[in-house]
Amino acid sequence: MIHFDKFTLENGLKVIVHQDKSTPIVAFNIVYDVGARDEDEKQTGFAHLFEHLMFGGSINIPDFDTPLQKVGGSNNAFTSNDMTNYYMTLPKDNLETAFWLESDRMLSLAFTDKSLEVQRSVVIEEFKQNYLNQPYGDVWLLLRPLAYENHPYRWATIGKEISHIEDATMEDVKAFFKKHYLPNNAILTVAGNIELEEIKALSKKWFESIPSGTITERKLPKDPQQTEEKRLRVERDVPTNAIYKAYKMCNKQHQDYFISDLLSDVLSLGKSSRFHISLIKEQKLFSDINAFISGSFDEGLFTITGKLADNVSFEKAEEAILKEIEKIKSELVNKAELTKVKNKIESTTEFAETSVLNKAMNLSFAELLGDANAVNLEVEHYQKVTSEDLKRVANDILIETNCSTLIYAKTK
Amino acid sequence: MTEINRKEAPAFKQVNNIEFLAVTKTHLDNGIEVNYINGGSQEIIKIDFIFKAGNLFQNKVLVASSTNGLLKEGTENYSAQEISEGIDNYGAFLEVENTYDTASLTLYTLNKHLNSVLPIVKEVVLSPQLSEKEFNIYKKNASERFKTSLEKVSFVARSTFMSAIFGEDHPYGKPVQLDDYSNLSIDDLTAFYNNNYNLGNCNILVSGNVNKEHIDTLNTFFGQEDTVKKTPSIQHLTIPETDNSPIYIEKEKALQSAIRIGRTFPIKTHKDYFGLEILNTVLGGYFGSRLMKNIREDKGYTYGIGSGILSLKEAGYFFISTEVGSDVTKAALTEIYKEIETIRTVEITEEELELVKNYLLGQLLSSCDGPFNMASLFDNVHEYGLDYDFYNDYIKTIKEISAKTLLELAVKYLQKSDLKEVVVGKL
Repeated sequence: MIHFDKFTLENGLKVIVHQDKSTPIVAFNIVYDVGARDEDEKQTGFAHLFEHLMFGGSINIPDFDTPLQKVGGSNNAFTSNDMTNYYMTLPKDNLETAFWLESDRMLSLAFTDKSLEVQRSVVIEEFKQNYLNQPYGDVWLLLRPLAYENHPYRWATIGKEISHIEDATMEDVKAFFKKHYLPNNAILTVAGNIELEEIKALSKKWFESIPSGTITERKLPKDPQQTEEKRLRVERDVPTNAIYKAYKMCNKQHQDYFISDLLSDVLSLGKSSRFHISLIKEQKLFSDINAFISGSFDEGLFTITGKLADNVSFEKAEEAILKEIEKIKSELVNKAELTKVKNKIESTTEFAETSVLNKAMNLSFAELLGDANAVNLEVEHYQKVTSEDLKRVANDILIETNCSTLIYAKTK
Repeated sequence: MTEINRKEAPAFKQVNNIEFLAVTKTHLDNGIEVNYINGGSQEIIKIDFIFKAGNLFQNKVLVASSTNGLLKEGTENYSAQEISEGIDNYGAFLEVENTYDTASLTLYTLNKHLNSVLPIVKEVVLSPQLSEKEFNIYKKNASERFKTSLEKVSFVARSTFMSAIFGEDHPYGKPVQLDDYSNLSIDDLTAFYNNNYNLGNCNILVSGNVNKEHIDTLNTFFGQEDTVKKTPSIQHLTIPETDNSPIYIEKEKALQSAIRIGRTFPIKTHKDYFGLEILNTVLGGYFGSRLMKNIREDKGYTYGIGSGILSLKEAGYFFISTEVGSDVTKAALTEIYKEIETIRTVEITEEELELVKNYLLGQLLSSCDGPFNMASLFDNVHEYGLDYDFYNDYIKTIKEISAKTLLELAVKYLQKSDLKEVVVGKL
């Protein structure tokens, strides 16, 4: 159970406060309600490029990192398809530094040409390092546009192609800031050995004078119900054949979300899972195989990824996956197996709560979806799931006309 | 409302006081040493079994990691599946890890399930089956993963670098080839297990919400076994003097080149160690470091660059590591050496030194947060026969060290002719 308080400043900035007296460290997390799904399809990768620019100095402070390091803190950020999240940890005594730094870059960036030029190169190198110069690195660049037709999840946060990052202009950067980096489009969470009144005062002092703005209502194109199987085959210079199967699934606020998550756990969590025992150990068809859900806010993907063992054909490998899927669609998962995956959820939650930063992030993300208290209800949602639920959802989503399959073959 | 001055940083303090969670040392009935650290508010517990069974102790490559990797794949009384079910059913995690010096098993569990999972952990530690059948599956899948790693410039650069600085005969530097997997037999593993995995050579470290009762439970499972205190033997190999001409492995289609530059370095027990840690931080040890500021934040050659020191049991090493656009490989190398030259010739300014000192103290405070973090801090020095005093000495050094001392260390340890350079990609 994570206790917290919540208040909203006059400019619309929501603030969540969680007290944890056991730690000398404060976590300071701010999430902006903007991600790659909010990008124009001709300017993909922009939200992420923008995240880099947030470290390039703000209107009153030329360098973001140095003053934080000087007080013993550290920070980082990440962009997903749904949001952009910035976080710091620092000694409790120096908490005000975080308010000073974070509020200034919300007020206004410095928008220097140098920062844009350098970060453009850095992001292009990031693109190469993680997506192009790695075996299997381009899988999601291929799988997303195969699985999604209209929804902006059809591109990755890094962007569709390097040229989109090359073409970004300072005008675009300023417009993006003005549109999305508003106090009423953000949630601040502070967690540590702190008092509510202290955080209220600091929030008012540093953030309340930042003007709010108009938030454009998010109207994302929806995908039609998929009615036929999609397949793509590529050849790459990789050592092992691989197969990727992505099934469309519900959004994060749907009760079936938790069921889908447990379904993926039954199939592939740990060495006692069905995939591991049947496909790796008994039939020896795969050297590695996993099932997981994307965890996205809008309609997501239930993905199965497998590396084929030597001399196993794609047909045989896929047939074996489908047989496991058929089994979970036709037979009820027994009680012991269900209890097992629920117990994993319980312990994972306990272990995650040892980190004050983790707690701050989870509160922020839950609030972004509408209610910070959802973090405290999650375990219960999982506990409620029955074997019948698993069977129903398996039959709902794990069907081939709802699937996009990527065959990733090694060059002969 | 009063006007605030946004140009001026709020007042701050240097971290003054770092509290270490106490370590309690005790012994099981058979004399095995157990250290435990109590703290945190969750009802969870972590138990590390750490053996002197890492790569350092093997006579043949891959033996240490394969033995470690096979521990959970079947015991005298349980099949591999029964083991994983027995752990998973209680939401627990049992992880194995092999490093250069040690091999370990780590259990994470909710306190309420400790009694239920320990019988399995006991079997895994004390009577693994090491069967031919499981070994063949393990070998096949591990060699597949290895093939994929060989396609990564960063992986090839790292292993080439280790061979370059330690020599191909030293256990830290011995390169692995794909056919080493097929040359491995189950007898190699059995022999290695018998020599290196006995409780007499095991450190048990318990952390989390732990009390005397948990130690008693541990004693029921592990305190009644006979143990032999037999320190596994190692060959103390000398590290060869080699020439330092750069090593270049061309990858024609590479979009990026992986760079590794470094040398052997003093270990934790050496008088210069703390100073070198601080020097490394300035050069490449944090986001605001000189390498990062120049090569990423000014030139945009890379997504990331850093440097580090790894202190192992027999020797340590220092390394700079990055992946840069293949069109700027040469330019990046020039800038890296420029930064090394600067740190050897110009004293660090008071301002930068103060920043690094404050940063390091803040990071140390973070790394003492909670019982699991404290357990890793303890484990990191226990191996060398050191205790928390190590960190108190470190804090003292951070507070007192001068720019002059750091310059002297840079002159002594970062001479270009002592550094090995590995580039994998395109020059």
